Amino acid sequence: MRVDMQTLYLVVPLAPLFGAIVAGLFGRLVGRTGAHVVTIAGVAVSFIASVLVFQDVLAGHTFNGTIYTWMTLGDLRFEVGFLIDALTAMMMLVVTFVSLMVHVYTIGYMHDDPGYQRFFSYISLFTFSMLMLVMSNNFLQLFFGWEAVGLVSYLLIGFWYTKETAIYANLKAFLVNRVGDFGFILGIGLVLAHFGSLDYATVFAKAPSLASETITLWPDTPWMLMSVIGILLFIGAMGKSAQFPLHVWLPDSMEGPTPISALIHAATMVTAGIFMVARMSPLYELSDTALSFIMVIGAITALFMGFLGMVQNDIKRVVAYSTLSQLGYMTVALGASAYSVAVFHLMTHAFFKALLFLAAGSVIIAMHHNQDIRYMGGLKKYMPITWVTSLIGSLALIGTPFLSGFYSKESIIEAAKMSHLPGAGFAYFAVLAGVFVTAFYSFRMYFLVFHGKERFHQGHGHGNEPDAHHGHDGPPHETPWVVTGPLLALALPSLAIGYMTIEPMLFGDFFGRAIYVADRHPVMHELNQEFHGAMEMGLHALATLPFWLAVAGVGLSAFFYLKRPDIPAAIAQRFSFLHRMLLNKYWFDELYSWVFAKGARALGGSLWRRGDQNVIDGFFVNGSAHLVERFSRLVRAFQSGYIYHYAFAMLIGVFALVTWFARLN
Amino acid sequence: MLNNLLSLVIWVPILAGVVVLVTGSDRNAALARWVALAGALLGLIVALPLVTGFDTTTPAMQFVENAAWIPAFNIHYHLGVDGISMPLILLNSFVTVLVVIAGWQVIQDKVAQYMAAFLIMSGLINGVFAALDGILFYVFFEAMLIPLYLIIGVWGGPNRVYAAFKFFLYTLLGSFLMLVSMIYLYFQSGGSFDIQTWHTTTLGMTAQTLMFFAFLLAFGVKVPMWPVHTWLPDAHVEAPTGGSVVLAAITLKVGAYGFLRFILPILPDASHELTWLVVTLSLIAVVYIGLVALVQADMKKLIAYSSIAHMGFVTLGFFMFNPLGLEGGLVQMISHGFVSAALFLCIGVMYDRLHSRQIKDYGGLASRMPVFAALFMLFAMANSGLPATSGFVGEFMVIMAASKVNFWFAFVAATTLITGAAYTLWMYKRVVFGSVTNPHVEEMSDINPREILLLGVLAVLVLAMGLYPKPFTDVMHVSVVDLLAHVARSKLP
Repeated sequence: MRVDMQTLYLVVPLAPLFGAIVAGLFGRLVGRTGAHVVTIAGVAVSFIASVLVFQDVLAGHTFNGTIYTWMTLGDLRFEVGFLIDALTAMMMLVVTFVSLMVHVYTIGYMHDDPGYQRFFSYISLFTFSMLMLVMSNNFLQLFFGWEAVGLVSYLLIGFWYTKETAIYANLKAFLVNRVGDFGFILGIGLVLAHFGSLDYATVFAKAPSLASETITLWPDTPWMLMSVIGILLFIGAMGKSAQFPLHVWLPDSMEGPTPISALIHAATMVTAGIFMVARMSPLYELSDTALSFIMVIGAITALFMGFLGMVQNDIKRVVAYSTLSQLGYMTVALGASAYSVAVFHLMTHAFFKALLFLAAGSVIIAMHHNQDIRYMGGLKKYMPITWVTSLIGSLALIGTPFLSGFYSKESIIEAAKMSHLPGAGFAYFAVLAGVFVTAFYSFRMYFLVFHGKERFHQGHGHGNEPDAHHGHDGPPHETPWVVTGPLLALALPSLAIGYMTIEPMLFGDFFGRAIYVADRHPVMHELNQEFHGAMEMGLHALATLPFWLAVAGVGLSAFFYLKRPDIPAAIAQRFSFLHRMLLNKYWFDELYSWVFAKGARALGGSLWRRGDQNVIDGFFVNGSAHLVERFSRLVRAFQSGYIYHYAFAMLIGVFALVTWFARLN
Repeated sequence: MLNNLLSLVIWVPILAGVVVLVTGSDRNAALARWVALAGALLGLIVALPLVTGFDTTTPAMQFVENAAWIPAFNIHYHLGVDGISMPLILLNSFVTVLVVIAGWQVIQDKVAQYMAAFLIMSGLINGVFAALDGILFYVFFEAMLIPLYLIIGVWGGPNRVYAAFKFFLYTLLGSFLMLVSMIYLYFQSGGSFDIQTWHTTTLGMTAQTLMFFAFLLAFGVKVPMWPVHTWLPDAHVEAPTGGSVVLAAITLKVGAYGFLRFILPILPDASHELTWLVVTLSLIAVVYIGLVALVQADMKKLIAYSSIAHMGFVTLGFFMFNPLGLEGGLVQMISHGFVSAALFLCIGVMYDRLHSRQIKDYGGLASRMPVFAALFMLFAMANSGLPATSGFVGEFMVIMAASKVNFWFAFVAATTLITGAAYTLWMYKRVVFGSVTNPHVEEMSDINPREILLLGVLAVLVLAMGLYPKPFTDVMHVSVVDLLAHVARSKLP
């Protein structure tokens, strides 16, 4: 039985890899239908296998073992292996399920694209990489998966490689992520240096004994080793999970096709950082400094990225800023030692955010690839399924009681409230205020798209995707079943998954030993005290502040965008500086491009011209050559001038002389 | 036959080169090409038993041949390989086949001489890696410059003469002091030119320090280390594609190899004492050169600077004095052999079609050459050190090794994650992505089967080494541990 399970573990990542290879290398051979059949079959097999693994884990079986040895150096071994426990099994389910939905959806969304096979190959390759990341039992493989999902994200953001904005965005995404990876690999380096292993089990077992170890990074200032490791690893998470100040790549990643925005830039890849910190809970629990840092970063991201969502007019960018903000929520939960809450929100968010993105994609198809919500409106009656599912997604997002997002978000707010770490007060304020902001921007978009006046015949805006501007005639109509089917399939968990799973996931022993919380961080314990069942929690919430903040947000957006559209315009005028600040995303892009991109090139240019060309070559190399030249004018008459003559002569001379000496003896 | 394996590895390519010179002429270029290919393949085939017959459990020299050459000075024709030199011989023999195929159509002028130069150089370089006698090493070390000098000077670009001179003088001047050191070692060791005897010769600190600088100059120029690196970009820009491939993939490794065969084991005390110097120069190479690479407009220059930065990792790894760092440096050498060869071949593919190496002349290649774009992407990623490619393995090992020694070494070295990706992918973006702006790009055809073969083989190797580097480190490990044990022992009198 156990051996069979191991085969199953292998099937989970390898089935999508197989699909990716077939669609990628033999795309022309298998054709468009062949490409989507083989990749969907691969992911479906992977999903079914994940379900079986999940059941096996529920039955109490976990696994930690090696697949093959990557490299050995004496006693030091680097391996590729799997760790299968509740955390992994849950991630596997989420990844394969959302991926399957996105694969099906892609048939409709990419229908007319010439890169059809390539796209299927990439998303299957992504599924493989993401699975390798979550199933890893060591830091090396984690880093493999980490960078591999980054690569596929790069390839997919730049999928339309002739579009200048897309290839700018994908380079930016890769480089910003590399900044995070820079911290990440240094963290891994310190782990190896101090633990002598990259194996999770070994490292976690040894961690308590190094809890009070310090390292000196700067003369006379000892640092707690665990804080340094924790913060360095978290810098990696800040890149991948787009936390402030490494958040700048995620909004631009919307240049990629919508299915991957749902799969990679909402549901799975961007949550890798959250998953990583939860996985490393035995390390993070040893450092309050690192946890505080995480909580503050998360709080900044949750609130300030939410503000930006309020002024966006591109339907995908609104959802993107919402994703940033929700990732901030998860990060706050991590900082409060409520790892299971973070992972819980990761799961519910994966469903409703994938739903929102795919619904946005459905709208984009109907709008002939115009993404500007100012030119939509009234779509409710033309696209009933998209409308209903969008409404479900938005309600789940803003934390409507009994919907999935409510349970996870409410738990995060409570966790932040109960944390005693420095920064917890600010975090609590941020996540609370964020509720209002989230409700406002979500329903601003919802009302502008589905309600109000029909504005899609007015302007043409700019088609953001290459095959824009075809067939603008006729009223918009509902998208085909390959698009609406996944919407419905994602709407169900968006409604019910929170209600169904909050008890086992947060307060039961579902995670078991996969997540470790130290006794001095009793947040989960306190949450448990107040929890009296999912139904109770929903009813109770109707009388609490977050609920009314959400209601206020929805109400205000309804008033602004359905009744009095002149008011937001007036506010934008009145507070034009604030408005411009939000429109320009706090000028982070300008700052980074000026300091880093331009700065590095200026520095490189001056090192090249001053250092290499003027000093080294100009003064030393050519300078000495000129000196020699002046001298050699004197003796020039004797020289042929061909350097290889001299070299040959010298060699022959050496040989002859040496041989002659030898004979002499 | 097995007794003379290393001699075969050295002399088969050289003889093949002579045969090419004799049989081929401009009138019969086809014959020269086929004879050269046969010679290169034969050279690779005779090198294969080095792998299959290699004993990974012993640090001792294997396939040893020893015969008196010049008895008066106790100079021997002494050959042998260990886990450090064997992989390099294989790499060299393999790359020789590649460059012969790479020059198949492009070189139409003096074909026989061109092919012969590469074959002879291949044999001489194998000699460098196999020599266990100081003088024998020196002869091969200097002799290999000549074919390379001719390759750049005869088949090179418009400014080839300046580049060839610069290259030749730079590297030749560096090695004169090495010869002096060798003669000093000859006397100190009681009249021996045997390198392994030198490994156990006691030396005072002053002597060690002086010789350290002599060897550092000789090998540092070859690596090349900052600030004696400026010959490399010039040489690359002027060299024909094959010349660049050999230059990057092989000759740079000769310099790094010298560190392991001479500097570390012969001068352990000076090496420890002057670690700060080499580490500083290596880290400058990583950061400074990485930034310089960012602003290059010429693709070959860009990859040349990238080579220098990558070789900085090699020397950094060596001077971490632990197996992880040293083997990381060696793995990086092999990997860089594959990746830089592939990148120069990619640039060659583009140059053959458009006759420009300027990034600005390209753009939108993906639309015209999808297969090429995919392969080029793989190599660009390998150059950026993406996991699952060979480029990651060495960088990862060296960063890990550096974290053990000093966090800040690792910190500076790891910036390559950002700069390496920045200069490589920014170039890739401008060349391959985007819409076609140059009408000549519109006429470019995708790569032909010969080019697919070249790049495909390298792609497989890059991925194989990234996914499963164990066979490589298994070969090296025992020799590296033995070397480190040597380095740990003081040789002060």
